[in-house]
Amino acid sequence: MNRRQLVKYIIAFPVLGSLLRSAAALAEWNVDAFAAQTEREAIDVFFPNREIIPSDAIKIGVHEVIENGAVVPIKIDADLPAVQSISIFVEHNPNPLIAHFDLSPECKGFIATRIKIGQPSDIIAIVQSEGKLYSKRKFVEVVEGGCG
Amino acid sequence: MKGGVGDMASGIKIRTSSKDGLTTVRSIIKHPMNTGFEFDDDKGEVIPVYFIKEVICKHNDKVVLRCDWSRAVSKNPYLSFVFEGAIEGDTVSISWTDSKGLSESATITLK
Repeated sequence: MNRRQLVKYIIAFPVLGSLLRSAAALAEWNVDAFAAQTEREAIDVFFPNREIIPSDAIKIGVHEVIENGAVVPIKIDADLPAVQSISIFVEHNPNPLIAHFDLSPECKGFIATRIKIGQPSDIIAIVQSEGKLYSKRKFVEVVEGGCG
Repeated sequence: MKGGVGDMASGIKIRTSSKDGLTTVRSIIKHPMNTGFEFDDDKGEVIPVYFIKEVICKHNDKVVLRCDWSRAVSKNPYLSFVFEGAIEGDTVSISWTDSKGLSESATITLK
């Protein structure tokens, strides 16, 4: 099907058009990275062939001992210039990539949310600043896991 | 453990506070965020995976934050971020799309 035919189909079948639009809206959701089952694979798929520099400019705000892994408040605060994105990984979760945030230039390098952690694990935050990737790790103890 | 199957997608709460040109947004989205690991004791079956995949936050018409989420974001997700440049009368809107393709959005006006 060439483009002209496709356009005709979209005009003829509005449902197809909306499906294509919703597919486009979700195009950036990285299926392979979210499906990865190890930290290494998740990071390699999400940031292929990228150098990642450990940095203490990133603060991971989270309790060190977590009673309930189903609801773990977490804050990522990056004292780095022009933060473009923040990604959160949990090493020992079934799928280590938890969440990714694309920040506009108006945003401070800060995100707070709540996540599930299945067992004692490192949390890894990866922050993109001025085109470079920086990371910070923090170990948390988990009393009761939160994956169900 | 019971999951939230059957919970209809409804409800985004947004609160903001502004100081020194910075606006802090705090929001809670009602959603079950089922991992696919939970067991429904009443039905005797596993609750299927069901979660918000994408969240888009706008200041007026401009996207300030785009989120890609997995099922490991907690039930009834909490999201907070800080941005600059908003003034009284501007809007902040949050919209999400989940793994079933359902979506919802909410908008507030800054006072």
